Amino acid sequence: MSLLSVRDLTVKFGSRTGPVTALNGISFDLARGERLGIVGESGAGKSITGFALMNLLSKPGYIDGGQILFEGEDVAQMSPRDVRAMRGDRMAMIFQDPMVTLNPVLTIGQQMIETLKAHRKLSTQEARQIALVKLKEVYIPSPQDRLDQYPHELSGGMRQRIIIAMALLLDPKLIIADEPTTALDVTIQADIMALLLEMCQSNQVGLILITHDLGVVSQVTERTMVMYAGRIIESGPTRSIINDPQHPYTQGLINALPQQTPPGQRLKQIPGTMPTLATMPKGCPFHTRCALVGEGCMTHVPSINQFGSSFVACHEVHRLQNEVPAEDVS
Amino acid sequence: MNSQRDKTPLLRVDGLEKRFDLDRGILESLKFKNGKLAIETRAVHAVNTISFEVEKGDALCVVGESGCGKSTIARMIAGLLSPSGGAIHYDGARIDTLRGKALLPLRKKLQMIFQNPYASLNPRMTIAQTLAEPLRYHNPGQSKGELQDKAISVMKSVGVDPAWGARYPHELSGGQRQRIAIARALTVDPEFIVADEPISALDVSIQAQVLNLMLEMQETHGLTYLFITHDLSVVEHFGTKVIVLYLGSICEMADTRTLFEAPKHPYTKALLSAVPQLKENQRSHIRLQGEIPTPINLPSGCPFRTRCPIANTRCAQEKPQPLQQADGSVVACHAVEEERLGALNPA
Repeated sequence: MSLLSVRDLTVKFGSRTGPVTALNGISFDLARGERLGIVGESGAGKSITGFALMNLLSKPGYIDGGQILFEGEDVAQMSPRDVRAMRGDRMAMIFQDPMVTLNPVLTIGQQMIETLKAHRKLSTQEARQIALVKLKEVYIPSPQDRLDQYPHELSGGMRQRIIIAMALLLDPKLIIADEPTTALDVTIQADIMALLLEMCQSNQVGLILITHDLGVVSQVTERTMVMYAGRIIESGPTRSIINDPQHPYTQGLINALPQQTPPGQRLKQIPGTMPTLATMPKGCPFHTRCALVGEGCMTHVPSINQFGSSFVACHEVHRLQNEVPAEDVS
Repeated sequence: MNSQRDKTPLLRVDGLEKRFDLDRGILESLKFKNGKLAIETRAVHAVNTISFEVEKGDALCVVGESGCGKSTIARMIAGLLSPSGGAIHYDGARIDTLRGKALLPLRKKLQMIFQNPYASLNPRMTIAQTLAEPLRYHNPGQSKGELQDKAISVMKSVGVDPAWGARYPHELSGGQRQRIAIARALTVDPEFIVADEPISALDVSIQAQVLNLMLEMQETHGLTYLFITHDLSVVEHFGTKVIVLYLGSICEMADTRTLFEAPKHPYTKALLSAVPQLKENQRSHIRLQGEIPTPINLPSGCPFRTRCPIANTRCAQEKPQPLQQADGSVVACHAVEEERLGALNPA
């Protein structure tokens, strides 16, 4: 049985002119200890997916349909009490900005002990010991002192390490990391990503890594899902998505990176912008920006079908294969 | 780029320094130390004795991590901050001492593009008003019609439909707003553009659009850029020259090709190795110990020595001076000078 199994997840947001659809029939599975990357531009629905999995959506957002089976239980149907028991215990989340995630008026130790005691029957002393062990695991220097420090006394990288330690406190089965290194510098990012990878591998923790950075996904995850305008448009093994993308949007996204074009030449840009939820075009959401648009694209939303080792939602994917040879990425 | 390049560089920066005082006035600087009252003023040393030149037609990129002083340099050159020391010369004339009205002719030649197009456009002005304002200010004699014609031609040149003129910024997406911000900088036909992280607030596909536009404008308008960024892949694509900055000091300065093919400074090497690559087996990155120290109490000697894997006692005592290397790059590192970089192996 897979650890997480999402079926036809649909999320809507209420608005004055009626509900808009933010996530449209998302389905995917995650095996135990597997690392999945969710890639897309802002507004694609990556973060909403993460929030929905934790049942963290707040008004006006709501889950309109579908199942989120986590270890066989449907998170979407759970009572608030059960959801609280699950969050932070079996499923943990790491957010983008470590300064906002940590409570500024409590010491690191207080926050870690609070989490532990909320889920387990432990004495403060025992909880402190566990917190200390976890801080050591994420290579925090002089962990004993850190427990009594406040978040503002620590640097951004250190704070994100502490967040990772807190996420690991109760040995979760799944960590959802929403842009965990976007607020950090590149040398610190490399350290944090290496740490996250090591923690997931050594503890057999499943990871859902939400990011816009294809380089990060390429280094950390085994499988990748590309999202566009609230839908999954391509999913498959990370290597084949990066080296041999099938969907025109994925190809565009990879080709638009500066390292894919010799210096000084025009970058291969995707024209236009992603449609907003309120102005979603009919048919394939990408057809307004797509170079290969056919007649079917304007009227019918493509279903997601297997194509080689990946799943692709595109009417023209066969044509694409014949007309434009997949670009060599290396 | 042009054959009749002048002997004097377009922009020359000599020993530029910027300190931000933390304690103002006598009350804030009074400190209680070892049972005694002492007067002590602390300052953030944002930029420390930096010198470089920009030739006409160059795209000079300044890279570094947050807090290294890159934006401070941009703001000093654009005349938004006044330096604590050193001098800035533009086209042979000193500009850092100019004040008020004297700055006007310079502002026409030197424009700035900011990071966040959501904050840099006035939400209560339409696009047409936004574009006409710098024109009106710098060309007081022109009629409304002339201003409008100019605004329309600039909008066309950055690929914006002139019909957008009646819209407000909130009606546009991030990429479209950044186009308008670029258009606003171009309305007065500047020669030099200071761009402070112009694409980091944008999505990948939009980043490509904006970078392409900036490259295009460089060709059609003959612009010179000072481009501030933290993204090394953008530097490799866009820059002709690169300055790597660490804690307000220059680590390494070189032509883009040279820097990416043969980085010399240990910090440059670590920075380049940390960029996540698309290709499979990326070599593991050079791990730096700890994190950037605060610019309030700068480390003695080399600013990078607290994190440098190959620092020795000389690095702690003496600040390395930027020295010209055989391939034309300028590196400030004792280890490079002493040729003991061999000890630096990726973990």
